[in-house]
Amino acid sequence: MTKKNLVLTVSAVLILSFFLGTYAYKQHRVKTLDFMAKENASTFVREHSKSLGPDEAKVYLVEFMDPACETCAAFFPFTKQLMAAHPGKIKLVLRYAPFHPGADQFVKILEAAGKQGKYWETLQVMLASQEYWASHHQPQPEQLWQFLPQAGLDLDRLRSDMNDPAIARLIEQDMADAKTLQVQKTPGFFVNGKPLVSFGYEQLQQLVESEVRAAYPNQ
Amino acid sequence: MNSASGPYNTTWTIVFLCWLVASVSALGSLFFSEVMGFSPCLLCWYQRIFLLPLVFVFSAALFPLDEKVSRYALPLVLAGWLTAGYHNLLVWGIVPDSIRPCSQGVSCTEKYIDLFGFVTIPLLSWLAFSALVGLLLALKRRTSK
Repeated sequence: MTKKNLVLTVSAVLILSFFLGTYAYKQHRVKTLDFMAKENASTFVREHSKSLGPDEAKVYLVEFMDPACETCAAFFPFTKQLMAAHPGKIKLVLRYAPFHPGADQFVKILEAAGKQGKYWETLQVMLASQEYWASHHQPQPEQLWQFLPQAGLDLDRLRSDMNDPAIARLIEQDMADAKTLQVQKTPGFFVNGKPLVSFGYEQLQQLVESEVRAAYPNQ
Repeated sequence: MNSASGPYNTTWTIVFLCWLVASVSALGSLFFSEVMGFSPCLLCWYQRIFLLPLVFVFSAALFPLDEKVSRYALPLVLAGWLTAGYHNLLVWGIVPDSIRPCSQGVSCTEKYIDLFGFVTIPLLSWLAFSALVGLLLALKRRTSK
């Protein structure tokens, strides 16, 4: 074998192993998570988890999100569209993975807003105003407060509710579950325990639709 | 001399091994970050900066064989080797937390993998750079004769 062919062959082998390794790793992850979804469903949905959609829905769309994450804000209307396209069949479960520095403060605001019955309204306001308070170049978390009244919140009550230690425990639990499920980036999606392996709008739509077809075969 | 098809001499083989170590390490590093989704910490980034160009430096040194490749490659290799060494000292706790430079983002002491109880990603990096240091020193000795 000439030197050139040796180097070319070894390069090809290395690149091929990389892609085979990628494939094997993803398959392995899907299998482990599938097992966990069957044996340990509470890792995906906890008692405290906020959800949208009917309880009898057979497709659980679990989203690990960070209120300060831009991609999460961009995906939120899309997940709602997916739910609207399959009425009554999808339940959205929100879990927290506040990876941005200081993002747990925003989770605390959200959860405290939930105590006033304004959880989803507050989430809407937060995500819509995100560019003003969570800009990557210049994060200004205090700017969020001027938008919060739009959700109809009692801000004084919110400030005291935020410090409830139960909320801190809930964030800890969610972060621990995110670690177990190997969520390293947000948003992290799971549909009935199956992870979104390749990230994107279309891929999420395909995964959701295939799970809807599997759960409702006669429709 | 027709370098692409000439005989496999020891000097060429050493550079080839350097290229192989650098390529495997570069792809492995990309596998950790892009496939397994581990975010590289600050020190990992510096090691990657010193490692990735080596793949191209050694490729170029193979055709035609450049016996002086260590002149260009050794500074990169040594810089990577020192960074990796420091990183391992942090992981083992020999260098105390207070002087570590990574306060933001991913902690440099976060252990993503822990094979057999002691093999971490920084250790793999240090082993790869050490192998390169050894190979390049061997190359220098041969070619300076």
